[in-house]
Amino acid sequence: MFSVRRFAAVVVKEFVQMRRDRLTFAMMVGIPIVQLVLFGFAINSDPKSLPTAVLANDNSAFSRSLVRAMENTGYFRVVAVVDKEADIRQMLREGAVQFAVTIPADFSRDVQRGARPRVLVEADATDPAATSNALGALKELQSLALRHDLKGSLAALQGAPPPFEIIIHRAYNPEGITQYNIVPALIGVILTMTMVIMTALAVTREIERGTMENLLSMPVRPAEVLLGKILPYSAVGGVQVVIVMAAARLIFDVPFVGNLWLFGALVVVFVMTNLALGLMFSTVARNQLQAMQMAIFFFLPSILLSGFMFPYRGMPAWAQALGEILPLTHFLRITRGILLKGSGWRDIAPEVWPLLAFFAVVLLIAMRRYRQTLD
Amino acid sequence: MTAEHGTDLAISVRGLSKSFDRKTVLQGFGIDVERGAIYGFLGPNGSGKTTTIRMLCGLLRPDAGSGTCLGYDVIRETAAIKRRVGYMTQRFSLYEDLSIRENLDFVARIYGVKKPRQVVRETLDRLGLTSRQRQLAGHLSGGWKQRLALAASVMHKPELLLLDEPTAGVDPSARREFWDNIHELAETGVTVLVSTHYMDEAERCHRIAYLAYGHLLARGTVAEVVASSGLSTWVVEGAPNGLAVEMRGMPGVDSVAAFGRRLHVSGRDGARLAGAMTAIQQRGLAAHETVPSLEDVFIRLMSEQPGGNA
Repeated sequence: MFSVRRFAAVVVKEFVQMRRDRLTFAMMVGIPIVQLVLFGFAINSDPKSLPTAVLANDNSAFSRSLVRAMENTGYFRVVAVVDKEADIRQMLREGAVQFAVTIPADFSRDVQRGARPRVLVEADATDPAATSNALGALKELQSLALRHDLKGSLAALQGAPPPFEIIIHRAYNPEGITQYNIVPALIGVILTMTMVIMTALAVTREIERGTMENLLSMPVRPAEVLLGKILPYSAVGGVQVVIVMAAARLIFDVPFVGNLWLFGALVVVFVMTNLALGLMFSTVARNQLQAMQMAIFFFLPSILLSGFMFPYRGMPAWAQALGEILPLTHFLRITRGILLKGSGWRDIAPEVWPLLAFFAVVLLIAMRRYRQTLD
Repeated sequence: MTAEHGTDLAISVRGLSKSFDRKTVLQGFGIDVERGAIYGFLGPNGSGKTTTIRMLCGLLRPDAGSGTCLGYDVIRETAAIKRRVGYMTQRFSLYEDLSIRENLDFVARIYGVKKPRQVVRETLDRLGLTSRQRQLAGHLSGGWKQRLALAASVMHKPELLLLDEPTAGVDPSARREFWDNIHELAETGVTVLVSTHYMDEAERCHRIAYLAYGHLLARGTVAEVVASSGLSTWVVEGAPNGLAVEMRGMPGVDSVAAFGRRLHVSGRDGARLAGAMTAIQQRGLAAHETVPSLEDVFIRLMSEQPGGNA
């Protein structure tokens, strides 16, 4: 027979225990609020004001009108006007800009002659979602951009066919295949999830099982314990990387343009960063449940604010600043850079320093928090 | 410092104090333990025994006080102390998900034992666990866990062994064997500090200290502690039901403990207690004076303490 009194006794006991674990309780209430505010305002799947570089070989009223018209769509924000082709390529490869617009020499003259010059818009299409809406807006510009300039005798050039043509080139991922972006990025996501959780449990498990007392009574130093705990999980991370990479190549046909060794070295850096973070959680949390909650609390912004799930450039500045702290943000750029763009060390170095800084800070906190006594 | 390492005191501490969350657990504690001695640590639950042991091996930092353990400073030289001390925790703290052998291997390597494989093999042989070495430590019974934990804590040949209630929950024959082991170790010059709740174990120690509510109440050999208690104890044979309760209210009687039909009646005022016992004898009951047992003494000590539960 189901006894309501016995059932009630269990319910009351569970509530009492829930309330005892203050941190867990605070997190249960606090996490949804933080997430709601954070993600509700930050996430935007229609990114606007994307950084654009213009190579203006023809400095004329027409080309200025074109640039202004692009900005007026709201999707393009011109951050640089350059005059060397090499510069504009480099900016695109570094990821400094999302679009590179090349206005040909004699653009103005050819428009007036009705020669229909071609304007090249190159998009960094490693993440197709980030550029698709912006590229869609370009089509209309062909007929509308020069509307105010083509007056009087030139009015006849308006209408079909448009006075100039915009050629779109989706660089690094010409067919806009989503998998090219998602599959390599999953390496980072999988590593973030497993590495952080596994190590977050590593120290708290010793405390919960009572083995910490024995460990601390023995002549073993904190660095020996912490590094000793990190290494085996790094090996697990290595196996995960190999599995995902093999699948990316064999099942999803994801290209690998860049240097494998450079990528391997940076994977190691990323894995160490996540393990150090897990250890830090481990030294802060009082039990395995708390450690787990911290890991999840970290994991959610990692996938939502890093540019994995939603375009990074679609987020407001404060959310981008937050995303800039997360290791996954930088690792995603590194992965896309090396795999799809063939970036070298010089191109991605700006993404490596933040990773190393994160690693150093987190490991330092872990070392300081790790106690050699039971106090 | 080196000169001190040769002293014949394994432990010498003064004024150790420790509190957690503003609750004082230990107050101005001091003892001297000679090398090669088996020192018993007694006292009710929460009296500070575990805290003291943890401070001696560097697991806790004292709030106040000073002293040496094996000649090393208990506050500044904990690393050196840890290498020379074997510590057996109250709760089994080896890895339950490692096998017996894997646990011993791990401990031997952490202590940097020379020829770890050989030491582990010998340890397994001595324990009689060679055939079960692959079994998970978590699957062992309480008695075997305790034997394994002791074996693990002496592999590096410590000079001092700290045992925190090592025989709690262990059957009498395993306890007997355990204490034989302890005496053998002491004969080889190892100093042993052991906390216990069992009076028979206390009597197997060379010296004992009685701790209650963070204060050291008595110390010395068992005979000294008993003698210094100033307690008189009488035995009443064939006591009928209800007599124990009745006697608790009699003048001079501080405590009555029943052992079947035999009662142990104790009091600090020997003359008044003798008077009460005369009245009992007049009822035709057999009563005679005896030497107080350690338990009588401890129950007496416990009841004198503020907040005591006797």
